[in-house]
Amino acid sequence: MNAPLRRAGVVILVLFGLLFANLNWVQAYKADDYRTNDYNRRVVVAQYERPRGIIEAGGQGVATNKVTDDALKYLRVYPRKEVYAPVLGYRPVGLAATGIENAENDFLSGESDKLFADRVKDMFTGNNTGGGNVLLTLNTKAQETAWKELNDNERGVDKGAAIAIDPQTGAVQAMVSMPSFDPNPLVSHDEKAAAAAYNKLNKNPDQPLLNRSTAETKPPGSVFKVIISAAALQNGYTTETEIEAGREYRESGAVIRNSEDEVCPGSQIDLKAALTTSCNTGYARLGVTLGRDKVLATAKAFGFEDDQLTVGDLEGSGLPVAMSDTGKIANPDGSVDKGALAQSSLGQRDVRMTPLQGALIAATVANGGKQMRPYLVQKLTSPDLRTIYTADPKTLRTPINGQVASDLKDMMVSVVENGTGKRARIDGMEVGGKTGTAQNAEGADPHGWFVGFAFNDKGEAVSAVCVMLENVPGGHASAEAARIAGLIMKAAAGQGGD
Amino acid sequence: MPASSPASTGEMARIPGMKTQRNAELGLLAFAMILVAAYGATVEASRIGEITPTFWVPAALLSILFLGLHFVVRYTAPYADPVLIPAVALINGLGVGFLRRLDIGDALSDKQPVPSVFAGIGGRQLVWTLIALILAAILLLVVRDHKIVSRYAYTLGLTGIVLVMIPAVLPASISEVNGAKLWIRLGAFSIQPGEFAKIALVSFFAYYLVRKREVLSLASRRVLGIDFPRGRDLGPVVTVWLLSLLVLVFEKDLGTALLYFGLFVVTLYVATERASWLIIGLLLFFGGVYVAYLLGASVGGPFANFYDRAQVWLNPFDNENYERLGGSYQLVQGLLSLGTGGLFGSGPGGGSPRFVPEVQNDFIFAGMGEEIGLFGLSALLVLYLLIVERGLRSALAVRDSFGKLVAGGLSFTLGLQIFVILGGITGLIPLTGQTTPFLSSGGSSLMANWLLIAMLLRISNAARGPAASGGGTDRAGGGPKKAPVQLHGAMTEVIKP
Repeated sequence: MNAPLRRAGVVILVLFGLLFANLNWVQAYKADDYRTNDYNRRVVVAQYERPRGIIEAGGQGVATNKVTDDALKYLRVYPRKEVYAPVLGYRPVGLAATGIENAENDFLSGESDKLFADRVKDMFTGNNTGGGNVLLTLNTKAQETAWKELNDNERGVDKGAAIAIDPQTGAVQAMVSMPSFDPNPLVSHDEKAAAAAYNKLNKNPDQPLLNRSTAETKPPGSVFKVIISAAALQNGYTTETEIEAGREYRESGAVIRNSEDEVCPGSQIDLKAALTTSCNTGYARLGVTLGRDKVLATAKAFGFEDDQLTVGDLEGSGLPVAMSDTGKIANPDGSVDKGALAQSSLGQRDVRMTPLQGALIAATVANGGKQMRPYLVQKLTSPDLRTIYTADPKTLRTPINGQVASDLKDMMVSVVENGTGKRARIDGMEVGGKTGTAQNAEGADPHGWFVGFAFNDKGEAVSAVCVMLENVPGGHASAEAARIAGLIMKAAAGQGGD
Repeated sequence: MPASSPASTGEMARIPGMKTQRNAELGLLAFAMILVAAYGATVEASRIGEITPTFWVPAALLSILFLGLHFVVRYTAPYADPVLIPAVALINGLGVGFLRRLDIGDALSDKQPVPSVFAGIGGRQLVWTLIALILAAILLLVVRDHKIVSRYAYTLGLTGIVLVMIPAVLPASISEVNGAKLWIRLGAFSIQPGEFAKIALVSFFAYYLVRKREVLSLASRRVLGIDFPRGRDLGPVVTVWLLSLLVLVFEKDLGTALLYFGLFVVTLYVATERASWLIIGLLLFFGGVYVAYLLGASVGGPFANFYDRAQVWLNPFDNENYERLGGSYQLVQGLLSLGTGGLFGSGPGGGSPRFVPEVQNDFIFAGMGEEIGLFGLSALLVLYLLIVERGLRSALAVRDSFGKLVAGGLSFTLGLQIFVILGGITGLIPLTGQTTPFLSSGGSSLMANWLLIAMLLRISNAARGPAASGGGTDRAGGGPKKAPVQLHGAMTEVIKP
């Protein structure tokens, strides 16, 4: 019986050899993998050992920390809850962050190379000085006004977005989305409660987690006429050029009418008056006359079809911006679909735009044709408040020259002075803009848009804004958007707000 | 107690010139206890920030307990293997130390004062150690010759089968823990009857096979150069195979099934020296497991649990497996704990073992792995290997077939159990609900495994004692002389090259 016993001994040796080999695999070969694995709670605890950087707007902390008694030392706190949530995002325990919390995560957590010197210093002093701070471009007055006015809109609309940009730099002054969410429950250290809160928000059909100002595109309606106007002015038209209008325009099966019978019933109307009154038949004909290629090229020059843009710092990290799109405007064989071109010229059919893109159009006009790259991060500072980065405004593109911009500005000011955008007027400031009322689904109320800009009494462009309200009941959908846009620009210019 | 030996040493049946090596045992035991004390001190320094004046108390208490067993062995089994007790004592002591480390960690994170030595799971483990050692001592005192165990073979066999089947028959509310039905839970108490079953079953198999070995090994048919047994002799193998598959399906535990079947096939192989039994056994077992896996994938029902576990094993980091209730969470946390420990570990008391569910029970090896690293765990593995190989060596040295089979079977079973649980924790094989012998918190495991060690001590005493060289007389045990008569053919072994 001894021979098999010896063999049993060898079997045990082999089994233990396997255990030893596998242990080497787990503890030596895979050790680094496992040490930094997302499921490894130790990673999370270590992250929460030092305070995360503060996110500030206008000297006010909008993402801060609170010391707790939990295993995780610092709790993230968002004092202004819904107001800044679409911009800040949130940073849940053990999962990926969103918004600026995600875009600037390396810096906020202190792991960024930019804070290497601080980490080395920590090693010697034994302190945990925490992550770097982020200063946002947001103007707290404009942001609070935008949030308040959007939510208190006179039409009872429950979905929409507003964004304001400094036309001269691209700095975002306000960015709100409605409905929004309170990020605080989502970052609770009680992960089950956090997951439950997330699931509830995620299941909400109104999509409160969606940042409607950057991540959602909607048909822009007549706002798109600014693009058509730009295309016309670049191709020999002036503000005085008479274009064909009328009560009705039929083109390849598409029937274009004006919003009301008294809008441009005559056969001719000049370009400025056409924009002022938002003449549908005029612009549809103008788009078809200019041709598809010119319309698409101008739209692209203003930023349509760009799926790379992010809004954050100017080094590349930020909130992703959904691509605004004109659609193909083509028949199945690739030839120009004139009916579609007529409808697209009015911002209908397949044309889709983010509110950010709307604000960029207005900002470009206000800034003499130069479109500045939008950004949210003004400054990054180290834990001891040394400045590590300051935003240096960059021109993103120059779709139109100064003359065209100046003509467009005149036309858009006329819209607010004499036309459909009257409710955007601000005392003591020169305001221009364009309204849009976009049909979307059969039987649904239209979306109301307003894009516009404001110049102060020194003639400086101080703010460009876009307000979008989804499914506005009761007609004149854009009037309420224009009113809110005016109040936001006024607040951004430092003349009002709460 | 019969005392026929010189009063000066108090030892019995001592033959001049034969080394008992009891003093070596004492020395090794002292070394082991110093290590345990040092472990306790390191834990306190790391967790509490200072070494309390009472850091040595658990080690001292354990020393007294093991010293007690040492003296029992001195009197009742003087020639027993001197390595077994110190090696097991070291593992047992480190287990108590780690459980106390959990107590201290839990108390501090709840802002409670440092618990006393007798509090918490560490304190309970101390008490269980005391009880286990008393049982081991009783076994050594009562069973003076391992051969008398064969008298009760059928009783033990029946007991073993009943113990195995109880959790399968009981409702899941009483017997199921973490998806495996291996328990009897009564209020705060829970025992794993399977732990005791393995000793009873090995004893029964040994007795049965000693009687049947000739018929099982001689009558055969030769197919493809391998001797295969006759169909009717396959009966017991098929019975145990079915039994272990029933365990697999109804107790939902591959490891336990593997353990029972493995111990039977190995004792069968050792008894008959026929490799064909091994081949048949392995084919039957892995064939059965594979069919269970396929059935789990297609039919589900009682096989679904096994299929799920196999999936968890194959893809532990898969998000779906990880998030699922009863999925790979525990396995993954154990792996991450081990990986975080790396080569050297974070030092005793320096890790976060509570991130691993059930770290005091099945996953104690993973929890310790974070703190003592690959090097520490390797040392533990070597200790376990030492115990198993010393047991097998006793089996080689003892002369009677029954003793060989019992010692061989028990040692192999212990080795297999260690492989099953540690392989499960480290992702080598599908995870099962076994305890880690001598480390895991809990009485059944500790008691059963100390009984196993006592049995090995008893047999090693017979193997190394004067009886081994003294011919037919059986003096080492001093037990009833009738015992060998009970074993038909036990001494008629044909010596093979």
